[in-house]
Amino acid sequence: MDAAAIQRALRRVAHEIVERNPDLGSLVLAGIPSRGVEIARRLAEFIRASEKIEIETGIVDVAMHRDDVGARAELPIVRESKLPLPLEGRTLIIVDDVLYTGRTVRAAMDAISSFGRPARIQLAALIDRGHRELPIRADYVGKNLPSAASEKVRVRLEQTDGEADVVWLLKE
Amino acid sequence: MKTRWTRKDLLGLRELSADEINLILETADAFKQVGTREIKKVPALRGKTLVNFFVEPSTRTRTSFELAASRLSADVINISAGTSSLAKGETLKDTAKVLEANHADIIVLRHSSAGASEFLAQRLKSSVINAGDGAHEHPTQGLLDLYTIREKRNKIDNLKVVIVGDILFSRVARSNIFGLLKLGARVTLVGPSTLVPREFEKLGVSISHKIDNVLPDADVVNLLRIQHERQRKEYFPSVGEYTQLFGLTKERAKLLKPDCLIMHPGPINRGVEIDSEVADGLQSVILDQVTNGLAVRMAVLYLCGGIATP
Repeated sequence: MDAAAIQRALRRVAHEIVERNPDLGSLVLAGIPSRGVEIARRLAEFIRASEKIEIETGIVDVAMHRDDVGARAELPIVRESKLPLPLEGRTLIIVDDVLYTGRTVRAAMDAISSFGRPARIQLAALIDRGHRELPIRADYVGKNLPSAASEKVRVRLEQTDGEADVVWLLKE
Repeated sequence: MKTRWTRKDLLGLRELSADEINLILETADAFKQVGTREIKKVPALRGKTLVNFFVEPSTRTRTSFELAASRLSADVINISAGTSSLAKGETLKDTAKVLEANHADIIVLRHSSAGASEFLAQRLKSSVINAGDGAHEHPTQGLLDLYTIREKRNKIDNLKVVIVGDILFSRVARSNIFGLLKLGARVTLVGPSTLVPREFEKLGVSISHKIDNVLPDADVVNLLRIQHERQRKEYFPSVGEYTQLFGLTKERAKLLKPDCLIMHPGPINRGVEIDSEVADGLQSVILDQVTNGLAVRMAVLYLCGGIATP
């Protein structure tokens, strides 16, 4: 998936978000660091270009809400969450680059609930690679990428990785 | 940042790299923000048990660790010297082995002997956090002081930090010196020559015995508590004389730059090392230090307690 394909997919996701959410003013796009934050920013930009409305964005860090602290060889770096408060009455869309087991999304929902109680939470992912371990599905998907568990999905974005946008599947 | 945390214990700042110290401070940023949430508790250490093992008395450090552990969802047991079997003659190692047999994952140790934390850390699988060992180090106090300076001044590199008081017997001073030098600050120690010996210059700090000479240039003044309970007469003439020569009085505070930070690890001896009005004044960040201590201790517990144990 090259830069143009990524932009097309995100533009379509932005349109779907607009279609499904008549009250754009109540929307919050909350990215999971680090690439989810950049994707949320791009989605907000697409919506601003087509709808002339500024969508609020935020950051939801999941490190301290993970269920595998102490089980992973590498401890995830903790970053600060930044969400527009209060969340009550708002529609919050969690944005991430790759949707895989669903555990990160569960941790994100847990983190969000410690800030308040949004009216609803939706999920947008650039890539859905399958292999869910929890009953979670995305409301908006840039691209479905069927993969084997032994494979790895790599995403690079210019703003977060300093190289041209690209998505590829790494075969082991 | 690419640094990864690999230590199960925090024994002192001397052995940490600048990158590791910065990683703790950045992690503390995230945990400080947890205190502003509607629900001030995260599940990071759920299911872990922390033992606050204080062989020397302390209220604020122990309470701060206890609150930090609660906010991380760990279970906390408090043991102090009077209530432990140490009073019955059990050795430190045996008591600690018993704690470990009870599945303590993290032991926070305050002890009157330098090296006590290292002694336990080498013998136990549990994480050991040094909450002050004799006159050696008090790393979380050093870290919260660094955090507070960085928060208020947005940097530490090149700042002129003056530490005043009983340096010789102060673990807070040692942890501050190691941390500040690693992050590029310029450190000057001030106090009576009996308590600020020339040997400290080998660490890379300057020494002065005249506080009025160093105050006008300082970006941070950190006043250590005069530890009456540990003071021996041969080192220390009288409290009145100390205040006269080294106390941050109202008059002396006028020498300071308006943006100079005034710090104190507490508990304060008002009228001895610092005047009441100065301690409560606009330049004082003494209460910020307490708030930041919680965030820093959450970060340390998360990092040391969160790494995979073999």
